[in-house]
Amino acid sequence: MSAFAAWWNSLPIGLTDALWTIAVGATASVGCALLGCYLVLRRLSLLGDAISHAILPGLVLGLLWTGTRNPLPMLLGAMAMGMATAFLTELFERMGRVPADSSMGVVFTSLFAAGVILINLFASQIDMDPGCVLYGLIEFVVFDTVELGGLPVPRALLTMSGMLALVLVFIALLWKELKLCSFDPALASAMGLSAGLVHYLLMAMVATATVASFEAVGSILVIAMLIVPGATAHLLTDRLGWMMALAAAVALISAVAGYLGAHVWNTSVAGMMAVAAGVQFALAALLAPRYGVLGRMLHNLSVGLRIAREDMLTLLWRRGERGREPALAGGAIRELTGDGIVFRLALGGLRRRGLVRVDDGQVALTANGARAAEEIIHAHRLWEVYMADELERRPEAVHEAAHPMEHFLPPELARQIDEHLNHPRTDPHGSRIPRQGRIG
Amino acid sequence: MNWLAYNTLIVLAGTSLLGIVAGVLGSYMVLRRRALLGDALSHAAYPGLGLAFLITGQRHFGGLLTGAFATALIGSWTVGAIRRHTRVKEDAAIGIVLSVFFGLGVVVSRIVQNTTTTGSKAGLDSFIFGKSSGMVAADVRAILLVGVVVLAATLLLAKEFRLLAFDPDFGRVQGWPILLLDIIMMSLVCVTTIVGLPAVGVVLMAALLIIPGAAARFWTDRLGRMLWLAGLFGGVAGACGTLASAWAPSNVGAGPVIILTAAGCFLFSMLAAPRRGAVARMLRHVALARRVAMQNLLRTLYELSEPAWPDPAPLRPGRRAAARGWVEPNSDGWRLTGAGWQRAAEVTRAHRLWEIFLIEEAQVAPTLVDRDAEQVEHVLEPATVRHLEQRLAELGLVPQGLGAAPRRHAALEELEEAPS
Repeated sequence: MSAFAAWWNSLPIGLTDALWTIAVGATASVGCALLGCYLVLRRLSLLGDAISHAILPGLVLGLLWTGTRNPLPMLLGAMAMGMATAFLTELFERMGRVPADSSMGVVFTSLFAAGVILINLFASQIDMDPGCVLYGLIEFVVFDTVELGGLPVPRALLTMSGMLALVLVFIALLWKELKLCSFDPALASAMGLSAGLVHYLLMAMVATATVASFEAVGSILVIAMLIVPGATAHLLTDRLGWMMALAAAVALISAVAGYLGAHVWNTSVAGMMAVAAGVQFALAALLAPRYGVLGRMLHNLSVGLRIAREDMLTLLWRRGERGREPALAGGAIRELTGDGIVFRLALGGLRRRGLVRVDDGQVALTANGARAAEEIIHAHRLWEVYMADELERRPEAVHEAAHPMEHFLPPELARQIDEHLNHPRTDPHGSRIPRQGRIG
Repeated sequence: MNWLAYNTLIVLAGTSLLGIVAGVLGSYMVLRRRALLGDALSHAAYPGLGLAFLITGQRHFGGLLTGAFATALIGSWTVGAIRRHTRVKEDAAIGIVLSVFFGLGVVVSRIVQNTTTTGSKAGLDSFIFGKSSGMVAADVRAILLVGVVVLAATLLLAKEFRLLAFDPDFGRVQGWPILLLDIIMMSLVCVTTIVGLPAVGVVLMAALLIIPGAAARFWTDRLGRMLWLAGLFGGVAGACGTLASAWAPSNVGAGPVIILTAAGCFLFSMLAAPRRGAVARMLRHVALARRVAMQNLLRTLYELSEPAWPDPAPLRPGRRAAARGWVEPNSDGWRLTGAGWQRAAEVTRAHRLWEIFLIEEAQVAPTLVDRDAEQVEHVLEPATVRHLEQRLAELGLVPQGLGAAPRRHAALEELEEAPS
């Protein structure tokens, strides 16, 4: 340990300061991020916002009470105010039938105003700058250290580590309860779990984490640490465990990137941490595989292309069924799909798969293409029969309804319907239902 | 005591006007459940101030406001985009925009402080907490201008905004340009927020948008009246807060006092408002509970229609019924008096009408039918009541003032078992 301490102390002071600052930022934001996951899931994000504003009078009262910056009374005062916010919001909702958001807005802004007034009134007795409440003082944590095993550990790091440990213990002890209350509070109540108690415990923890972190990052940026990592992780996964791990990772990256960014542009570390978290959220919102904007766009495009390809195949196949050449000029097919880009992409896809060939601008089905078309027509006509026979739809009404279905009927289901209907040979319009290997 | 000094008058005019405008616009935000969007907007305006400063290089009033307006609008759009295009819910979207934009604002303002000379940096900090004592005539003129625009717009677009607040989907179906209206309203909120920032600051501006509207909502169900009231509350809070802070012995900013005054209005409204207020609702609840208990007693007595009843006097409705002369003691118990019969028959009739209505018309499980039966004529249309009376007669359940023992159970149970 002392060898490590000696090595650590031999490092350049700039580097150790940077590492200590990052460590403080990382512990604070990981602790907040873990709790934030529950806030995001339970749609309580703004209660985090409200609590972080409303603790101001609690901090001031705690300060006034002892007259020193002893953290314990401040923590208690802030926690009391945090709980009061949650409680008053609910009280106004119930007693006054005020909508939840208005109720919250009334409570936390009023408490914040009271805090500002207290600071103004007792400015001479307390050493508290409203500015550092808002922005935090993470740049200065390395100047306030305690000796620990030969290392000059920032006092804030001890506070944050304590907070993080408390959060971890809380989550580990109440993992099942918190999970249940996050996803199904009604079931939780039915199982005899007091959802209200869990709610207030969570609020107490949020207040604790907020109070512990506000010293580092300030009361507004703590909202970024509470909500943004959880929301980012929520875009990436559906599993709570993974969500927490990802949120912690986002928080870590924010702390490191925030520090480096602030170093490069010579600006506020806390602000830069919030921006770094915001950038990660933006990236996730755009690029997340399932829930991202781009991911969804790609998915929609691929479905649209598949439908266009299948429509082209069946168009050609139906021509063949009516005894005409199963080939068409490209322009005629293009009218079917409308959009030029979709047409070109879909046609390219069909050629690559060897389902059509193009000679002199004429698009013609290949043997493989005919087989693929038959499968689709098979699904289409089976579904028509099913709707006419089982759902008693008029035969005129089934074609349009079967049209979208032909793209989404899985082969297994098609087989079952076929068996259920006793292998019908014709559809309600009298057209033959193609079987594998036979055209028309 | 300089409360009529020129400076104080300037500040007074500015804060009252701001309160009025914010109250009117905030009412729509409260009704649309978007109260906290104002919070996000005012935080999102912060980076715009710094950016404008970086670009223009000076503390030019118009430039700052333009920058703040731009980022506030971007923030409002971002909240909508996150809500529409991702699975993230609106509350988290508001929190994300609020905190990340504010973080950006802190970053930018620190860069401003580092790059410019010391004299100008104080300007940006005052936007956080507001500095109403530093208000100058230009600020008040800006508020006046914005106030006139906002109030004119709310008057001209009264019908459209009403639609937006209460049924935007209906409006969309009817072909109203709901998106455009939404953008107009959000722009008005942004402008109001921004001219208010120098006076009351980021957090308290949000409060000024929420609290007067939420307080006015207690007093009325009519939009027009609510707007008037919210404007009044906002204006009064602005004026009182400014005066109180001017009179206060120590250096207390007007912003927080304005907000606490508004919060006082809210608390008073929540408790004292005649119909929606907590006290009125509690009294109504007690009165209803009493009336139901009384009706139940009378009906039970009527339906038992036995010469001797269990002693109702220990029950409070029983004592009150005796006090009104509806029941009287006889040799071995209590009985209805003549007036009591009359009253009990009325209650029983109303109750049965209600039961039949709920069973036959509203498809409600028969176990749920008990409630304040006297309401039947107020709740239902006269034609429905006549129809129900006819059904009552068909079932032979019409209570006959005196005498005729009502056959409740047999007939009603038959009815319950054979749903139409």
